[in-house]
Amino acid sequence: MNPRPELLTLFAGTFGILLVASIAGFLLHHYVARGEPHRVVDSFRERVGWWWVMVVLLGLAFTLGKVGVVVLFWFVSFLALREFVSLTYTRRGDHWALAAVFFFFLPAQYVLVARGWYGLWAVFIPVYAFLTLPIFAAMSADTTRFFERTAKLYSALMVCVYCMSCVPALMTLRIPGFEGGNLLLIAWLVLTVQSSDVLQYLWGELKGKTPLAPALSSSKTVEGVVGGIFAATIVGTALSWLTPFTLVQAAGMALAVNLMGLFGSLVLSAIKRDRGVKEWGTSFEGRRGMLERLDSVIFAAPVYFHLVRWGWQA
Amino acid sequence: MDTIRFTKETLAASAICGFARLLTGARAIWRGCAPAAVQRIYYGNHTSHGDFVLIFASLPGDLRAHTRPVAGADYWNATPLKRWIANDVLRAVMIERQKREGAPNPVEQMVEALDHGDSLILFPEGTRNTTDEPLLPFKSGIFHVAQARPEVECVPVWIENLNRVMPKGQVLPIPLLCTLTFGTPLRAAPGEERDAFLDRLRDGLVALAPPPG
Repeated sequence: MNPRPELLTLFAGTFGILLVASIAGFLLHHYVARGEPHRVVDSFRERVGWWWVMVVLLGLAFTLGKVGVVVLFWFVSFLALREFVSLTYTRRGDHWALAAVFFFFLPAQYVLVARGWYGLWAVFIPVYAFLTLPIFAAMSADTTRFFERTAKLYSALMVCVYCMSCVPALMTLRIPGFEGGNLLLIAWLVLTVQSSDVLQYLWGELKGKTPLAPALSSSKTVEGVVGGIFAATIVGTALSWLTPFTLVQAAGMALAVNLMGLFGSLVLSAIKRDRGVKEWGTSFEGRRGMLERLDSVIFAAPVYFHLVRWGWQA
Repeated sequence: MDTIRFTKETLAASAICGFARLLTGARAIWRGCAPAAVQRIYYGNHTSHGDFVLIFASLPGDLRAHTRPVAGADYWNATPLKRWIANDVLRAVMIERQKREGAPNPVEQMVEALDHGDSLILFPEGTRNTTDEPLLPFKSGIFHVAQARPEVECVPVWIENLNRVMPKGQVLPIPLLCTLTFGTPLRAAPGEERDAFLDRLRDGLVALAPPPG
């Protein structure tokens, strides 16, 4: 299968934009921040760095086709799950339930997705995993905070595995007249939703005044969110040439995924606040964890998958 | 100057450290000192058999080559595989935890390793802590070693979460993020009493533990 020409154009364009952003970040670091730590400049450079990682990894996965995409998101799911479970309350009695989550339900979900067995993967976690996990916990005969522990494992699986697996599931849709273009559907989703993150941040820095949800997030402002989602919807519409959508459909779809993305980051912030931490288990001090970076993709993916499936699949 | 050689031991060491990172993230926080090539005794809280592997894996590669864990011979000599990992791969200083007639003196073994220029990883509690207390009482071995070589720094390392990765009695580890917080180095003062020194070591380590809750 030859790569679609749109994909090459897209990657070339993204590389160009990132190159400009990296140079800008370098100049800002040396001439505005004068090589010192600087909140806005450092945050900008960190975000640009993440975009490089994301684009390079997606590019590598895309060259390997469906298997590459499935394996990439499997690994991302693993990292997200590791962060999520690290921050939740578990007891020694949960050991086998946790082992089942990491070593059975996580891989099995991705294998089912790769096989395109929609009828099973769509219910595998919300029915069968949810039935099995409390059985493990009950067998351990430890009833302390039982209900809470079960609910937390459910959330972990839904957020980190089920929702995330809807991204590679896009590879299995069959859209008439769009054969071989499924990678473009993924590229469109990731670019639109992740650009919404950046644009909300930029608008918030420039125009932000009114806090949107002070109990959840100190950085989100009404101005930032409205401006950022509006701008990212324009980005998604402008990228409609990647997709089987018309301009109007692309605008509607972009608005839907961007709104879901916003709710995703609010929900994950709420969970973080509940656990009394500022950041999901980060790999370095001051860096965002996998869940922070992908919270919006996670919530947008299932809605996007089903909209495309119902609207465009044969 | 060492030359880098690829033997099955160095490959196994890389594989073990890579696995530990994949499983736990092994995130090192250098709060009280920098990862410098200074001769040190890294001492930590002991909650799992994976403890010294994790400290080992969180050190930068150049320090790792000159750092030897101190391991209990009764556990690590129990099977040929464990013996190979402990002796040949991780170059552990194998000590007898129970006093036995004719057994080498653990303090002398540790001092000898220091005299070869290596740093040590040591768990002064002596056994894994499964209680709700942050630390068990320290054994006095570290005091005798620190008195014998007072120029060596004792660096506290608080390991958080590893007891959840592999609870005592389980064989299958669960992937969870662990952090290792390296604290401010301590040295034995001339003529310092044993209990006073052990208390200082203990306080230095407990100070790194996250607040309960």
